[in-house]
Amino acid sequence: MRRDFPILSQTVRGKTLVFLDSGASAQKPRAVIDTMVRTMETAYANVHRGAYNMSERATADYEAARAAVARFLNATDEREIVFTSSSTAAINLVAHSYGRGVMKPGDAVLISEMEHHANLIPWQMLRDAHGVEMRVCRITDTGELDLADAEAKLADGKVKLFAVTHMSNVLGTVTPAAQLARLAHAHGAKLLLDGSQAAVHRRVDVQAIGCDFYVFTGHKLYGPTGIGVLWARMELLEEMPPFLGGGDMIAEVSLDRFIAAVVPNKFEAGTPPIIEAIGLHAAIDYVEAIGMKAIEAHERALVDHAMAKLTPIEGLTLLGRAQDRGGVFAFALDNAHAHDLATLLDRTGIAVRSGRHCAEPLHARFNVESTCRASFGLYTTMEEVDYLAEALVKAREFFA
Amino acid sequence: MFDDLRDLYQEVILDHGRKPRNFRRLEDADRHARGDNPMCGDRMELWVKMGPEGRIADAGFQGRGCAISMASASLMTETVRGKTAAEAHELGEKFRSLAMTGTCPDCGAELADDMERLQVLGGVSEYPSRVKCATLAWHTLNNALDDKQEAASSE
Repeated sequence: MRRDFPILSQTVRGKTLVFLDSGASAQKPRAVIDTMVRTMETAYANVHRGAYNMSERATADYEAARAAVARFLNATDEREIVFTSSSTAAINLVAHSYGRGVMKPGDAVLISEMEHHANLIPWQMLRDAHGVEMRVCRITDTGELDLADAEAKLADGKVKLFAVTHMSNVLGTVTPAAQLARLAHAHGAKLLLDGSQAAVHRRVDVQAIGCDFYVFTGHKLYGPTGIGVLWARMELLEEMPPFLGGGDMIAEVSLDRFIAAVVPNKFEAGTPPIIEAIGLHAAIDYVEAIGMKAIEAHERALVDHAMAKLTPIEGLTLLGRAQDRGGVFAFALDNAHAHDLATLLDRTGIAVRSGRHCAEPLHARFNVESTCRASFGLYTTMEEVDYLAEALVKAREFFA
Repeated sequence: MFDDLRDLYQEVILDHGRKPRNFRRLEDADRHARGDNPMCGDRMELWVKMGPEGRIADAGFQGRGCAISMASASLMTETVRGKTAAEAHELGEKFRSLAMTGTCPDCGAELADDMERLQVLGGVSEYPSRVKCATLAWHTLNNALDDKQEAASSE
């Protein structure tokens, strides 16, 4: 399977690449690369516009991608899939359209302490522009949502939207999605899940979860950059006003006014990421051919192995010890700054992220300046985890 | 495993990183500035005491950051003592050139001793993402000498 990813045979400063930064962006299999090239070589034109064969073919491929995403999330209706440029863009769409168009000043939105900045800043902006209160659910010392605190903050019924991660990009914590949906609904709130990390590692079934909005991004799912997905219940999408205005999102237009197109075109102004959507389709086909169950099982084995290998390392602190977690580990060495450590690891061929991983408040919560983060993909091996552990021990000796 | 990293992490850098010199607040400082690289989390505070003839009499700093940023600030506080503000600015310019390219072709004889001392940090030029760690202290010094209130940043 590693042979499917051309980049994994690259060397870095003379060492074999050990890519442990898939949580930031995953590498691309040959199937995705070839599909995108083939599209540009044989079936490319703008979509929804031309009454000519090539545009019709591109439109069919683009819409087939929408159908593939709907199956991937087990959505009931493929029109509930809105293509955006990223998870960030999808959350901003909800914050603008649902936040400003449906929520009222005085309503509240609830997030958590372990959100990526993409699920924090849009709500701060909504608060500042529209008078919507922003509440923050605490997390426990093990890095799990404090459900009692969530319930307390939902209790007065003002929270209309609970927007929370499905899997933390720093702690690896997987949140109890179905339970959160029941909790939110019991207090009159909708649930938005940021699935940027989770959708890569677990089978996501939006019907079984019972959430109202779900977002994820293509480039972490072995697909291209520039493509993200918003899924929302049809009645919500119909209620929400358009976000960006432009071509393709209108049914009728004059110099004075416009009538918005139907869902999902209403939310896809301008030329969409056509090649990227088709690339995402190829990525979904690729992971489904392996099987999300098999991917999840492989990752559980990696996580158990990593816990066993990393926990005993002297001077190494792991952030978060959630019961249900995915293959993301943030850590700090007692005698090396995260950036020095990342530079050392780079010299062994190991690519990890260092800094605060777009989650500055979470680092403040755990009182650490910065961390390194190793994150796994479906191509990560046990030997790579062993190699990381060995390098961390040697790094601590280096800085002693 | 890390033998070839000794070009970046020379013993002098590890030593200054572990035990930074002049790691103290100057109570009688007449120049002060903060440096902050928020993306990576390196931050420092710098105090300068000016002496007779407009020369730097003392410099001290406190902060948190990687070994490169701490060692660079430590070496800087040692190197700029006795310099005028103009000389310190010029040395900072030369140091940035060293950090980015690994060499300083325009460095004249009058700076040769100082640059030789700072040469241990020339290894960062091989690591583009780490150059900003080495230069933060010098940006902070510029702000202190120019009496700028805002925090300096090299990101």
